[in-house]
Amino acid sequence: MADFKHKHIIALRDLSKEDIELLISTAENMREINSRDIKKVPTLRGKTIINLFYEASTRTRTSFEIAGKRLSADTVNITTASSSTTKGETLADTALNLLAMKPDIIVMRHSVSGSHYFLANKINCSIINAGDGAHEHPSQGLLDMLTMKDRFGRLDGLKVAIVGDITHSRVARSNIQGLTKLGSSVFLAGPPTMMPPGVEKLGDVTVCASMNEALQDADVVMMLRIQQERQGKTLMPNTREYSRYFGLNPNNIKLAKPNAIVMHPGPINRGVEMSSSMVDGDRSWILKQVENGVAVRMSMLYHVCGGELE
Amino acid sequence: MNLLIKNGRVIDPSQKIDNMLDVLVENGLVKEIGKGLSAPAGVEVIDATGKYVVPGLIDMHVHLRDPGLEYKEDIISGTKAAVAGGFTSVCCMPNTKPVIDNKTVANYIINKAKAEGFCNVFPVGSITYGLSGDRMSEMGELKESGCVAVSDDGKPVNNSELMMRTLQYAAGIGIMVISHAEELELVGEGTMNEGYTSTELGLKGIPRVAEDVATARETLLAEYTGAPIHIAHVSTRGSVRIIREAKARGVKVTCETAPHYFALTDDAVRGYNTNAKMNPPLREADDVAAIKEGLKDGTIDTIATDHAPHHLDEKDVEFNVAMNGIIGLETSLSLSLGLVDDGVLTLNQLIEKMSGNPSKILNLQRGTLSVGSVADITLIDPEVEWIVEADKLASKSKNSPWLGQRMKGGASGTVVGGKLVYTR
Repeated sequence: MADFKHKHIIALRDLSKEDIELLISTAENMREINSRDIKKVPTLRGKTIINLFYEASTRTRTSFEIAGKRLSADTVNITTASSSTTKGETLADTALNLLAMKPDIIVMRHSVSGSHYFLANKINCSIINAGDGAHEHPSQGLLDMLTMKDRFGRLDGLKVAIVGDITHSRVARSNIQGLTKLGSSVFLAGPPTMMPPGVEKLGDVTVCASMNEALQDADVVMMLRIQQERQGKTLMPNTREYSRYFGLNPNNIKLAKPNAIVMHPGPINRGVEMSSSMVDGDRSWILKQVENGVAVRMSMLYHVCGGELE
Repeated sequence: MNLLIKNGRVIDPSQKIDNMLDVLVENGLVKEIGKGLSAPAGVEVIDATGKYVVPGLIDMHVHLRDPGLEYKEDIISGTKAAVAGGFTSVCCMPNTKPVIDNKTVANYIINKAKAEGFCNVFPVGSITYGLSGDRMSEMGELKESGCVAVSDDGKPVNNSELMMRTLQYAAGIGIMVISHAEELELVGEGTMNEGYTSTELGLKGIPRVAEDVATARETLLAEYTGAPIHIAHVSTRGSVRIIREAKARGVKVTCETAPHYFALTDDAVRGYNTNAKMNPPLREADDVAAIKEGLKDGTIDTIATDHAPHHLDEKDVEFNVAMNGIIGLETSLSLSLGLVDDGVLTLNQLIEKMSGNPSKILNLQRGTLSVGSVADITLIDPEVEWIVEADKLASKSKNSPWLGQRMKGGASGTVVGGKLVYTR
């Protein structure tokens, strides 16, 4: 098995195809632990992980915490409502103070794109990105890919439709970076106000003129959360009209392949980007995504710690 | 102190001189230009063999941060950086604390520069009181106290009526209006140019049209009022085109660009480099090409640095939090000489853009080596190679995207008012 040589996991853009395959295959192995009666192995015993969340998160923070605990690491959560732009301690100072307590890994979510690179230049423990601005959300990208692999046994040659606000989506960017490296084709749809310029140059990416075009013969339909606060602003008229053109429903899903799956990174706005019948229907693999999240994060924590099994 | 600068290549576009000549300076003025001049007794002789001897360079757009923000820069360190970069005159923008919106602040700057500065400092007053954007400052008094222009640089005058009235009023007084052309609604919370790089980095983009819309408004207001306007820091293909077309219609518009807009693209932001964060933001290769075309065909009149010093604490932070701006005084000449190497400009055109033109735009009575003029002279060594190193920069702040990089060409000596104030 190839070695994982990265100290940090900040962006799937920085990882090779082999790195990503290794993280996914390790996650597949980790799943066995999660199905045991006693869900704990001593792999990271004695390691300290700080979950430093500058943005609200339930799913991702809990998932990282459980992942650390199942590997026997000591995990500490810090959730701070204040962003770095408000007055107070700088991000670098906060991190240096935490570093003085000798953590092995800092898992951070931050509203500013690229802040993990800034931090990586300041401190010497491993950093895992739990989401930075509109840049990347690598653990989400990996768990999405693992979920697709579960369904189809492969990623190569899959047609993946991603629908929604691409401009502001770190989930979309991590999926594009990861999927196109592993041979999938990505088809994007969304209002032109939410489609970032040049996105088709990120890999095997096609920007579609309509949602129907993206859904046509798709293996995977990934719906992105639409931020309710964008309603009535300049990007779209309202959620009602958004839903009319970019919502997934029992009719337009018929354009996708018969065995296609439906995914969503959560939290879902039921009735906006997806009808409830899609969220709860047979094609929905949304809860499988959440389940896979723990295994993927175990794999990430394991590999940045050097991948040594105790 | 009198000077004889011997054996240099004297380039003075104002007199169409480009020849191997000597320049004699007496009592702070150019006394004589000729071949084989001999040094009268007591005259210091400078051997300028292999050097260009040109009218002192003028940077019409710098931030000296004095008064009020001296932790970034002050008049002494800023003018020291200026002369190290070959500039004999700089025009400083009014976003100080307090703002240059009254004669007391203008006088403070002029007096401090005369007493302790290394080069001429011409303050630019604010268009609106306190840069508030809502009412005109006393431009008449500002002009009388020595301000050479008015500008709300750092932000636009959003109110179009106020801008139109400003152009009319300032034209009556005879003071130039410098516009920071930017449509704030289109900028939004953007932090870099909107394009492929912002898409990849997940940073909120600033569309080029945010600048173009504002540049179009300014040229139309200037056309309607018949008043002159100068557009600061042009960075886009669209702005160059709009200004070119306006000039062709006879609109009294002039403009500047900065070295970073022809020497860098938004690729420099990769790695979330806050020393590549400025406003307007670095653009794309197509814009760089357009800026060069504009320089070449005369649409862009001058190169100004927008020297914007910021403390390390304001730059060594997350990208969105970092302040806009880079220092430029000490790297401008080298980067601009690159335009000559690349065939964009002739040497004469470059000197005109860095000396004669800014003098004409702001009526500074400089930018020439004609006999009897003030002896502001820059000696340029086109061959010297040097590395941009933080601890060797005269500026208090070190926020340059070229740190650690090799430069070719630079000032070898700077003469201000007949005094040699800098030698490399």
